[in-house]
Amino acid sequence: MSLTLRINGRDRQIDSDPDTPLLFVLRDELKLKGAKLGCGLEQCGACFVLADGEAVPSCVTPAAVFADKQVVTIEGLAERETGARVQRAFVDARAAQCGYCTAGMVVAATALLEAEPGADRDRARVALERNICRCGSHPRVLDAIEKAAKTT
Amino acid sequence: MNIQEYPLVSDWLRPDGDHLVIRSGKVELGQRITTALMRIVAEELTLPLAALRIEPVRTGVTPDEGVTSGSNSVVDSGGTLRLAAATLRARAMALAAERLAEGVADNAPDLRIADGRITDPASGRHVNLLKILADCGDALPVDPDAPPLPLADRAPAPSAPPLGLEEIVRGAYAFVQDLERPGMLHARVIRPPRRNGRLEAIDAEARAAMAERGLEIVQDGSFLAVAGPAEWDVIRGATRLARGCSWTPGADLDEGDYQDLLLNNPRTSVPVVDGMPQDAPVPPPFEAPDFEATFTRPYQLHGAMGPSAALAEWGKDGRLDLVTHSQGIYPLRQTIAESLGLEENAITISHAPGPGCYGHNGADDAAFEAVLIARALPGRPVLLKWTREDEHGWEPVAPAMVVRMAARLEGDRIAAYSAEAYSDTHRGRPRPGPDRAGPRRLLANTYREAPEEPFVATPNMTRHAGLHRNLDPIYKVGEKRMVKNLVHDLPLRSSAMRCLGAAVNTFAHEAFLDELAEAAGQDPLEFRRAHLEDPHALAVLDRLAEALADSPPAEGAARGIAYAQYKNRMTRVAAAVDLRVTEAAEPVLERILLVADAGRIVDPEGLREQLEGGALQGASWALVEELHWDRDGVIDRDWDSYPVLRFPQVPRMETLLIDRPDAPSVGAGEASPGPVIGAIANALYGATGMRMRRMPFTADRLMSMALAE
Repeated sequence: MSLTLRINGRDRQIDSDPDTPLLFVLRDELKLKGAKLGCGLEQCGACFVLADGEAVPSCVTPAAVFADKQVVTIEGLAERETGARVQRAFVDARAAQCGYCTAGMVVAATALLEAEPGADRDRARVALERNICRCGSHPRVLDAIEKAAKTT
Repeated sequence: MNIQEYPLVSDWLRPDGDHLVIRSGKVELGQRITTALMRIVAEELTLPLAALRIEPVRTGVTPDEGVTSGSNSVVDSGGTLRLAAATLRARAMALAAERLAEGVADNAPDLRIADGRITDPASGRHVNLLKILADCGDALPVDPDAPPLPLADRAPAPSAPPLGLEEIVRGAYAFVQDLERPGMLHARVIRPPRRNGRLEAIDAEARAAMAERGLEIVQDGSFLAVAGPAEWDVIRGATRLARGCSWTPGADLDEGDYQDLLLNNPRTSVPVVDGMPQDAPVPPPFEAPDFEATFTRPYQLHGAMGPSAALAEWGKDGRLDLVTHSQGIYPLRQTIAESLGLEENAITISHAPGPGCYGHNGADDAAFEAVLIARALPGRPVLLKWTREDEHGWEPVAPAMVVRMAARLEGDRIAAYSAEAYSDTHRGRPRPGPDRAGPRRLLANTYREAPEEPFVATPNMTRHAGLHRNLDPIYKVGEKRMVKNLVHDLPLRSSAMRCLGAAVNTFAHEAFLDELAEAAGQDPLEFRRAHLEDPHALAVLDRLAEALADSPPAEGAARGIAYAQYKNRMTRVAAAVDLRVTEAAEPVLERILLVADAGRIVDPEGLREQLEGGALQGASWALVEELHWDRDGVIDRDWDSYPVLRFPQVPRMETLLIDRPDAPSVGAGEASPGPVIGAIANALYGATGMRMRRMPFTADRLMSMALAE
């Protein structure tokens, strides 16, 4: 039983067991290592990817569940106008220290601004509730999202 | 210490074609120290940042600078690099003078250095600094008195994104967790169900299941791991193998209130004078002090975003290669060598970035466990990753602490002041020492065949170290009494977390000071001012007062302030916190304002990031974090049972910096948490009229305190 996933705009033939959580297929088989394993429990946001434009954790849900979805990882985000804008804004705001949570944050921020281009700081605060950061970069992440929203 | 062992400029700085390569022994933990060090060298040599490179930190290549900790990197590595760069500049100027003087009658040109060029203004001739650096030779010793570039000639490097950030936002920054090697195996450890459990047996079905799946079992006593080529298979394999293991229960951990354990367990007590523990009798407590209060912090986690990992390969030639996110690769190398009876130089350890650690977390333990697995599978690189459950359940945690304060007032001045701290050790790092102190502090060593006895700590007698960091108040008070109590036989393995004792000691001082100010009928800020003589401390407080003057707390919010100087000699931070308390007793932070003096500023944005990050980690400790345990071990094994500060709880944050270009630069990564915790406690008193002396200040605790009153 072979699985095909559409990832970053390309169809990818997957050899892993379709029950394998998407994150392990991305990282181990496809060598897309931008999404991180933070908890494996859908509690921290480090493994977020876009699935049909929505920011979702990839560490538990089996890859097969994503078969009919457009999956975009942090590596493919720059090809979306909003994604590139968010990435730029994160750099300008210096919105990361260690950077382990950043891919998930950039994905979550992109999903937010694609759905709500004018989202403000308070909206961003709520939208990123599922993303943990331990270095305390939160205010700068909010700065970045605010700036990315204003530069549409 | 680094300059004695690495006396040559070429130990630190090496020209390489179009670049100057910086060799520091300090590692990147997300604090972007690499960027700060580059800026120091760039400024001293007037070179653009693009002309500099950082050598990856590796044993045998970069200097041994011990452990990257204690906010010491800017002072230690930065200080030496500045001297090395200044030495190199002086040498380059001398060489340039010779060259530019050739054929010129006046043989002492008055040279200028700027933008990486040495110019003779008289003739307009110049030489490229990078080219001439290559001729400065490898044998040039670092001049410990090399004068820094005069203030007038300094041009701070333009603000640029820190090293690595562009890669981070694209998902292209490689953490240890992301490494790949040809033929690499993934690995997971199977932990005992109880902290002191010992492996009795692995049943035949589990062994057969591993063989069927192509997975390797690695066992050394009660240390048990599984390895295989595909990560998900290994994760499932570990679950299957765990089902087939039987363990002895082992001794229970002591249960109870950590405060009772800290105050009642056996302890070693020493007085502390001027920040230094003394080998002397402990002075008696004050008789009938006017004020007494006890402040506490529970066990807390470093709680890195990513579980620890390490990549190890045991070569067929017996050489060991290890990639780790440890904060101290040289001490780790010594300890691994001692643990396994190896020659140190048979081991190469490279540092690669990990998730922010905030102190000694599972990094070193994971590194050694990867080595044990690789040793059993020679010739195969092994990438071991801890799980979230491993990290929460087995990292060396931040010790619980109790600080007892007592004081007497005379008028509106503090006439007598006592601070007594109780805690387990903050020194769990696997540093070599007498009595196998290194090996005994690596987790796996206490589970192997012929296990090491658990480490027994002795008091750290260095100035402002361990649990007595910032125990000595920065304030001028009458009679002083400080006591350090290292408490023994506590249930959880503990080690260094950001600030060590300073987080709790500063909380205690700053909350207690507000209590005394109130009793003296004084404004908290004025009361602090009256007990400070240091003009730079007063300047920081003045700046805070000025910034607060025209922005009173919002309707329904209260304000608290606090002040501290880290280790009483590093970065000065004044903090103000505005918060309100909801009807459900939930504290809500509205604003944190920091004013900081870190001497001469190396990287203003980097400095702000460190202070802000510290402030929010301090807020998380103060408001939500508490680790629970029972007789089996740590209970909280995920982010639901161990909550941390999240986006909706993050306040508005402002950071004001005072730059003193003529003062030495000091580190700031640990300067803000203590004052922020104190300011939160003080604001909560303003909001509720209740003194919160026990961290974390949760709604439950506020409620039960209100009901008790």
